[in-house]
Amino acid sequence: MSEATLGQSRRTDVHTSDAAQRRLRRRYAAERRFQLYGLFAIGIALFALGWLLTSIVGRGYTAFTQSRVVLEVEFARDVLDPDATGDRQVLSGANYAALVKSSLREQFPDVSGRRERRALNALVSSGAAFQLREMVLADPSLVGTRRAVSVPLSDDSDMFFKGFIRRDVGESERKLNDAQVGWLDALQERGLVERVFNTTFLTSGDSREPELAGIWGAVVGTTLTLLVTLLLCFPIGVAAAVYLEEFAPTNRWTDLIEVNINNLAAVPSIVFGLLGLAVFLNFFGLPRSAPLVGGMVLALMTLPTVIIAGRAALKAVPPSIREAALGVGASPVQTVLQHVLPLALPGILTGTIIGMARALGESAPLLMIGMVAFIVDIPSGLTSPSTVLPVQVYLWADSPERAFVEKTSAAIMVLLAFLILMNLAAVLLRRKYEQKW
Amino acid sequence: MKFGTIASAAAGLAMAFAGTAEARDQIRIVGSSTVFPFATAVAEQFGKTTAFKTPVIESTGSGGGLKLFCSGVGLGYPDVTNSSRKIKQSEIDACAGNGVTDVVEIKLGYDGIVLANSKKTGRMSLTKEQVFRALAKQVPVNGKLVANPYRTWKAMDASLPDVKIEVLGPPPTSGTRDAFVELAMEGGAKAIPMLAELRESDKKAFKAVAHAIREDGHYVEAGENDNLIVQKLEANPDALGIFGFSFLDQNADKIQGSLMDGVEPTFENIADGEYRVSRSLYFYVKKAHVGVVPGIPEYVAEFTSDKAAGPEGYLADKGLIPMPEAELGKYREVGKNMTTLSESAVAAGPTP
Repeated sequence: MSEATLGQSRRTDVHTSDAAQRRLRRRYAAERRFQLYGLFAIGIALFALGWLLTSIVGRGYTAFTQSRVVLEVEFARDVLDPDATGDRQVLSGANYAALVKSSLREQFPDVSGRRERRALNALVSSGAAFQLREMVLADPSLVGTRRAVSVPLSDDSDMFFKGFIRRDVGESERKLNDAQVGWLDALQERGLVERVFNTTFLTSGDSREPELAGIWGAVVGTTLTLLVTLLLCFPIGVAAAVYLEEFAPTNRWTDLIEVNINNLAAVPSIVFGLLGLAVFLNFFGLPRSAPLVGGMVLALMTLPTVIIAGRAALKAVPPSIREAALGVGASPVQTVLQHVLPLALPGILTGTIIGMARALGESAPLLMIGMVAFIVDIPSGLTSPSTVLPVQVYLWADSPERAFVEKTSAAIMVLLAFLILMNLAAVLLRRKYEQKW
Repeated sequence: MKFGTIASAAAGLAMAFAGTAEARDQIRIVGSSTVFPFATAVAEQFGKTTAFKTPVIESTGSGGGLKLFCSGVGLGYPDVTNSSRKIKQSEIDACAGNGVTDVVEIKLGYDGIVLANSKKTGRMSLTKEQVFRALAKQVPVNGKLVANPYRTWKAMDASLPDVKIEVLGPPPTSGTRDAFVELAMEGGAKAIPMLAELRESDKKAFKAVAHAIREDGHYVEAGENDNLIVQKLEANPDALGIFGFSFLDQNADKIQGSLMDGVEPTFENIADGEYRVSRSLYFYVKKAHVGVVPGIPEYVAEFTSDKAAGPEGYLADKGLIPMPEAELGKYREVGKNMTTLSESAVAAGPTP
């Protein structure tokens, strides 16, 4: 056998023999399989996300519209202000519900009997009377006039027009009786019922009446709370990270602190709530249910995340930057503040946003400091009682009225929108400060 | 380092805001999650129709609410607590220990506790004894207490359907569970001769047996959220659920209440006492805060008014079972005069 054929046959053995081909095929197959696993994992994640979003949006989108009825309202002087005093006090305390009732009776003059009338009046929201009151207080010249006013329907009527109360089931099995369904149909035939964009939902505070309940109180509460959280945890977190990473000596104490910070990042959030109750409320005597305290508790919870992310970002800045700065005569503080920190800022911002997003979704620690509460008034400052979006979701999910189901999903949509806005702000900030070398 | 920074920051903030807790022009209410839907409705009405601010109401559970309520007198503590059960003597003592000596008790109405299942299957008709036998941890069989052997309803009683016993109910922290155990389970235990004897001889041992719910998977703790239980019943027609009447009322198209001792849980039956598994709902007012926090007497007046708690009031629309006229009138008087618990105990003697 010549050398050439020997070499050829050896090549054949190693690279082109059947066994080699099989090995090669196996390796390619393994590679494809690996990619498929990855695709499969992403597929599952996308499917879950899609499922979640469709179910939430599918259930919640109807909450953004509201059924209203246009009624001819007689602002009768003898009901509102019989003595023609024009006094605000008198106008404010007048019986506006009577106006709503009488204009409903005009629509259905043949309804008689106490029970029947009650059933008829139940079709319109109790908020209608308050709406008329506000109209009159804003413009007292309305007294004595007659005009068409669009007032909200009750939650049950609203559910009926949205198709959640079925008319084909027995009378005892739905919240509206046959007569009420008849009246609603009649109102619709007369063209008095309208479906409009639900501004109430976006502008008012919580309410026990689903048709009057709004998310704005919780949005303001969340904004205030997260503002306090950000103002506390960002500067403190960055300062701690810079000190620990750039200046602190490596000894047993700093090791201990590092271990503790890493542990704190994994502590269940309710523990921070208990800490807040003991320290901020009982020791410092701060008010309950205040966004200030909520923000402080959430800042405690977020701090470890910010510090850990901050240290990682600082560590990722190449040593050459530091050495160059020190080499041209910058002091250590100048080096950190003018060169290292700006480069690390995008990473720190990412960490902060992750922490803030977690804070946005928390309700457990807020339970301990009284923010899981029914609050109607829109919070006006850092110490006025307020609640936050996840708590609002929880409270509505726990309410017996059927109409709160769509409100719950709509509140989740608002929460997600809030989260997206926050992330968007972070991405934009990061773009602006991002440096490449 | 970290705690030092936080503590100093917190101290600084505390300095800046110290004093904010001093003045308060808003009633603060804590307590039962069962009373929460009713109290919030009253609070909202109160805020809208009067010049006072809308009270802030926290849903902390009956026990948690009374604990907060009893922790002291002063603006940092709540003015009112809602409760789905009567205040316990131990709680009155705890209150007194913290200087809360003048507590006004006001009953607001009744709430029925129902066992319900999906409309997709037949309505159940149970006796309290059957409920006890189905759910107790230990039941007497042939004169001996044994771990609950029943797997299906039929195994327990031939007249019942042949499906697995599966009951979704609230966890032990819930007032609804306390009331259910006390009214249905204990009532059922009393109906069994052997346990009735035990009750005569050893009350403590009887309670231990009557109040223990089985933990072998046939009773499923489904969380405090009653809506969730309703949804689970829809998905699982063989299961029964335990919750307050207002949820049955709101979901009458999906679920049906089981008959208890032959009585259907309806508004009327609970109101006139035919349906026995019902409890009273209360709220407690701290008299020391009247006149300090504005609006407390007016809030109580709104709660006990005819248009709220009366037979056709808006609370009845929310699922509260109203009290008879005379009883409501009595509590309206209590609210008006702010008669404290100790005063009314002297006047009326022990209540049954």
